[in-house]
Amino acid sequence: MEQISLSGQLLQYLITGITIGSLYAMVAIGFNIIYDVTEIINFAQGEFVALGGLTMASLNVTLGIPLVFAFCGTVVFVTLIGLLMDRLAIRPIRQPSVVTLIIATIAVSFILRGAAMYFWGKDPYDLPPFSGRTPINILGGVIQPQYLWVIAFLVIVVVLLSFFFDRTIAGKAMRACADNTDAASLVGINVNRMVLMSFALSAAIGAVAGIIITPISLMEYDRGAMLAVKGFSAVILGGLGSFPGAILGGLILGLIESFGAGLISSGYKDAFALLVLLGVLFFKPSGILGNVEISKIKRF
Amino acid sequence: MGPEKDCILDIRDLVMRFGGLMALYRPDFVVMRGSITAIIGPNGAGKTTLFNVITGFLIPTEGLVLFNDKPITCLKPHQISRIGISRTFQTVEIFRNMTVLENVMLGFHGRMGSSFTASGLKAPWAVKKENLIKEKAEGILKFIGLSRKSNHAADSLPLGEQKILEVARALACEPALICLDEPAAGLNETESHVLSSLIRAIKEKGITVLLVEHDMKVVMDISDDILVLNHGQKIAQGPPDEIKSHPRVIEAYLGDE
Amino acid sequence: MLRYRKYPVLIVSLIIAFFPWVAAHVPAIDHYPDIMIFAGIYAIITIGLSLLMGYTGQISLGHAAFYGIGAYASAIFTSRYGWNPWLSMLLGTVLTSLIAIVVGGPALKLKGHYLAMATLAFGIIVFIIFNEEAGFTGGPDGMTGIPGLSIFGFKLNAERYYYLVWGIALLVFLFTTNIIQSSAGRALRAIHSSEAAAMAMGVNVPGCKIVVFAYSAGLASLAGSLYAHYMNFLNPSTFDIFFGIKLLIMISLGGIHYIWGAVIGAVIVTFLSYEWLHYFEELEILVYGLILLMITVFLPQGLAGIPEMIKNRFKAAP
Repeated sequence: MEQISLSGQLLQYLITGITIGSLYAMVAIGFNIIYDVTEIINFAQGEFVALGGLTMASLNVTLGIPLVFAFCGTVVFVTLIGLLMDRLAIRPIRQPSVVTLIIATIAVSFILRGAAMYFWGKDPYDLPPFSGRTPINILGGVIQPQYLWVIAFLVIVVVLLSFFFDRTIAGKAMRACADNTDAASLVGINVNRMVLMSFALSAAIGAVAGIIITPISLMEYDRGAMLAVKGFSAVILGGLGSFPGAILGGLILGLIESFGAGLISSGYKDAFALLVLLGVLFFKPSGILGNVEISKIKRF
Repeated sequence: MGPEKDCILDIRDLVMRFGGLMALYRPDFVVMRGSITAIIGPNGAGKTTLFNVITGFLIPTEGLVLFNDKPITCLKPHQISRIGISRTFQTVEIFRNMTVLENVMLGFHGRMGSSFTASGLKAPWAVKKENLIKEKAEGILKFIGLSRKSNHAADSLPLGEQKILEVARALACEPALICLDEPAAGLNETESHVLSSLIRAIKEKGITVLLVEHDMKVVMDISDDILVLNHGQKIAQGPPDEIKSHPRVIEAYLGDE
Repeated sequence: MLRYRKYPVLIVSLIIAFFPWVAAHVPAIDHYPDIMIFAGIYAIITIGLSLLMGYTGQISLGHAAFYGIGAYASAIFTSRYGWNPWLSMLLGTVLTSLIAIVVGGPALKLKGHYLAMATLAFGIIVFIIFNEEAGFTGGPDGMTGIPGLSIFGFKLNAERYYYLVWGIALLVFLFTTNIIQSSAGRALRAIHSSEAAAMAMGVNVPGCKIVVFAYSAGLASLAGSLYAHYMNFLNPSTFDIFFGIKLLIMISLGGIHYIWGAVIGAVIVTFLSYEWLHYFEELEILVYGLILLMITVFLPQGLAGIPEMIKNRFKAAP
């Protein structure tokens, strides 16, 4: 076997870290979108990712629908799930307290996970990468092209979202809701619709994340829980509610995990992110870029 | 008796800064034992901040709060409560998951609450204490005029009675100094009248009263001494008659609202 | 709130005491007492959790970890060092409570989502440690050869174990109800309602929270030890996040604001997972999700809250 040089190996960790970090960043953005509007932490956020990957596998591989159409179909499907989640699980709760909302989103995550197991079984699914599996050699490191796709999609998602929040009426209305729900409803913004939209939007982003990561790491029905925890760690690390924070937090977390697994211990790979989460929560709960007050429940 | 002997609370060189915002800047004053002292001032003058510093909810950037000549600035809120300063809140903070009586009984927790283990084992002394607490709490409800509602859920009371309940609960701490944060806010005329006489009755019991209040009628009616704050600084202090005609006070109020 | 009278406790205790005798005469349910042992073990955890979550208002998704630490402490002390099982159980409980104090100190400063996530993260980290530290825990394969319990030389068989577990559960129930009905319990409910006001009334809020957290963790550990000595083998998957959430389902189903609810929920969910949901096999997670959602939407007070709901309805009706 060919010996990979140390610098090549480090580069490999770096790229892997950024790729995984991009995934976490997308999950984190999903968390933030719902949190900003509703102050709910959606524990089912990871399930959107899992559903994205699995649906795509069915459409693209099983049914043979071309990549682009399957991609769009998957995003639409998962978005619908997000809409249903708000309508069927969150909206009907009469006395929303933090604890009830946490329990409700956990319940949804169980339902989605159970349904995913019913439809897809327990085996992992694979997807063909968007542009083949021929590795690219850079500076002594070997990279799958799909890694670059993941990073590219994070950029695309971020660009589209900034356009949405800065330039469109709906996006501005959502931001207004995030700033002050009461004031937003006073000026005639339909807060309920904004809540619905926040669920749709973060489901869609989750779906995209699931689609692009599946060719690298496969996807199975119960992947969502861990992804949600990692994504939330990224959220906290960056500062709850902060978009740049979510990206930064995701990337830092991805790098910590990749280098930690490579250089320290791969068995404790999942523990690194959680230790970071606990560290931040215990010592600087507002995160790197956040300055939010500790959770207060907003009415909606 | 010299003035030092008489003062229960002494605020010295107090500074409270939040980032760039100066919330309090050296509003030096003393509160005389057995008096009713009111703190007034326009919105954002730092009244509630001052309360929060006195009761240990905020740690001041600089300066000292002396209670009975002992510094209390480094004590935690529950410790301050236990040495004899209790308070109410501007936003009514009654315990909504309890009955009226239980709210008042909780007030005795700091002084006579039983430990976790003693409670769990139903130790005889814990049971005895619990009965004593109940008796005392009923006494306070009687004093305050809420006896007939003692078994009602606290959040079923109208706002006026909720505010009175908060005062009752604060009395249950058996304080030497009671701090009332806008007790008359949201009350109608009859209710504030009841409140005024209640505050006087508290004074009769030998408890010093410090209150933040916007309702000038109540303030002028019951206070012995008034402290006027604006932008975190003291602009005047004196008896009601003096304050009413104080030019800087009038200016502060007219300039702000 | 809850005012317990002596009779219901007595009646339920008698029912539990005679249940094995009745079950032995009905072939269809003759294995139910075995399941009830697990229900009792879970009830010990949920009673503590109910005090923590329902009364004090502090959410924890990490109690599966304390349960696991207790179980592994018993297993490791007895099978690797040959210590007395009762001593191991006691040491495990003390150790777990200490860990809870160390973790709870910073964690309980957090509220709501933050606390939920911090406890969840703690739970997952501990679970990973169970899997990775194979030298102590046997790793994913688990540990075998954990001794059973005996009292004065009498080995506790399943039947006697039933009475041991439920006897402990009863003591825990009484101790916890006493707390709730005393000034300490009032302080906890005050914290739930308004931390600021509780502090102003002389309640040492951080201290109380940590004590309750440590108490509930200690109970979980005790339950873990009971589980370990009953099963005689351990496997980390017993203590995964799913179990932590199952505990949440138990107390939500029973009624988070009622200690009775914790017991009812523990019994029902245990029977669901050991008996009634067998038909669904691994789809049980879907069923749990649906149950949890139905409760939050339609029955926020849980099963134990139904009498009060009916009472209120009658009060409102005329």
